[in-house]
Amino acid sequence: MSLIDGVKILLLILLIVCAVSVNLTKSLLQAVVIFMSYSSVMCLLWILMESPDLAITEAAVGAGVSGTLFLVTLRKIREADRDFEETKDNGR
Amino acid sequence: MKKQKITAGERFRRWLDGETDIMESLMDFNENPYVSHHEAKENKRIRNRRIDESTSAKRMMSAERKGFRVMYSVVAVISCVSLIGVLLFVLANLPRYGVENPRTVEVVSRYVEKGVSETGAVNIVAGMILDYRAFDTLGESHVLFTALVCVMILLRKDRKNMSGVMDDYYTIAKERFHEISTESILRLVGALLIPCIFVFGIYVLLNGQNGPGGGFSGGAVMGAGFIMASASFGFDRVDRVITQKLSAFIAFAALSFYSFAKGYVFFTGANGLENHIPKGTPGAILSGGLILPLDIAVGIVVAFTMFGFYSLFRRGNIGGQ
Repeated sequence: MSLIDGVKILLLILLIVCAVSVNLTKSLLQAVVIFMSYSSVMCLLWILMESPDLAITEAAVGAGVSGTLFLVTLRKIREADRDFEETKDNGR
Repeated sequence: MKKQKITAGERFRRWLDGETDIMESLMDFNENPYVSHHEAKENKRIRNRRIDESTSAKRMMSAERKGFRVMYSVVAVISCVSLIGVLLFVLANLPRYGVENPRTVEVVSRYVEKGVSETGAVNIVAGMILDYRAFDTLGESHVLFTALVCVMILLRKDRKNMSGVMDDYYTIAKERFHEISTESILRLVGALLIPCIFVFGIYVLLNGQNGPGGGFSGGAVMGAGFIMASASFGFDRVDRVITQKLSAFIAFAALSFYSFAKGYVFFTGANGLENHIPKGTPGAILSGGLILPLDIAVGIVVAFTMFGFYSLFRRGNIGGQ
């Protein structure tokens, strides 16, 4: 077994760990960060599997854009929650 | 109110005239049509509360909830296990990785042997996705465009989607306030990174027929660059370049160019291989015939879609009010 195979197996184990821990984390922010790290690991795996164009797309879309969209949505949710709390407090 | 018997033909005639709904007698509406909507709602709420307060109903509801929970977990486990089983079964029947199998070797060898001479692209992947199988890529671009349209319908803050004008002004002022206080670290890193991101994106976009990359990857990288610019320097600066009209027009023009170019090739050439743009020497930037313009079109659609998603999620429109 060469070094590359060892790295591949390590990355695959990391991938499974990421995929499971996304479901098990309570905090949404942590879940988003783990999701982005999953995409980064997948990007490395694409490079090792000799498909660099997929790696570029995975890095840009998976780790970049979709993670950013999740973060923006999270912020929107928190803002809405805060507004709701404020109006509830004022109503009392 | 007493119900009077009406024949089917009479009902149909009434429905044609628009007097009644044909489903009226089939569906269970309010018993009394003269009770107003609010009164009916209030009555229903009082009745429901009376039912909720009785102990037997409470016991039944808790049992129902428990039963639902048990059923939910059982169904979830069963569907998960069966899905895994199906996937493993399919995986076991796949041809082994790296071993030649007669079903696919014909197509693959045709692509490998004649790909460069037929498409003019050194990168066989680009020749495949934008020449042999350009129809798939066309569908993917349309999926992205449709997604952008759907996000625009759902999240765009225009007069129809807002509860009031004051609300609108309030949210805009709040967004502005948050935007002004941008961090200096983010600005510095943005100023250093954004040119590199754009150069890399354009390189990947234009070099799709020679190396790894192509329209989708290059467009995604450029869209990420737009997002980075708007995150670090505020929307005002990006609004000077990208307005809603411009982005909609450019995305539409790129998509229609792709559709017409590829549709024309599909209808004229039997293999979809003939085009009037010279293929050039393989390996040069201007080679690959129709692949380079198609790459640019796909890249533009993807870049504007990515930025449009971000902009709509963040503040509810593209390119300012």
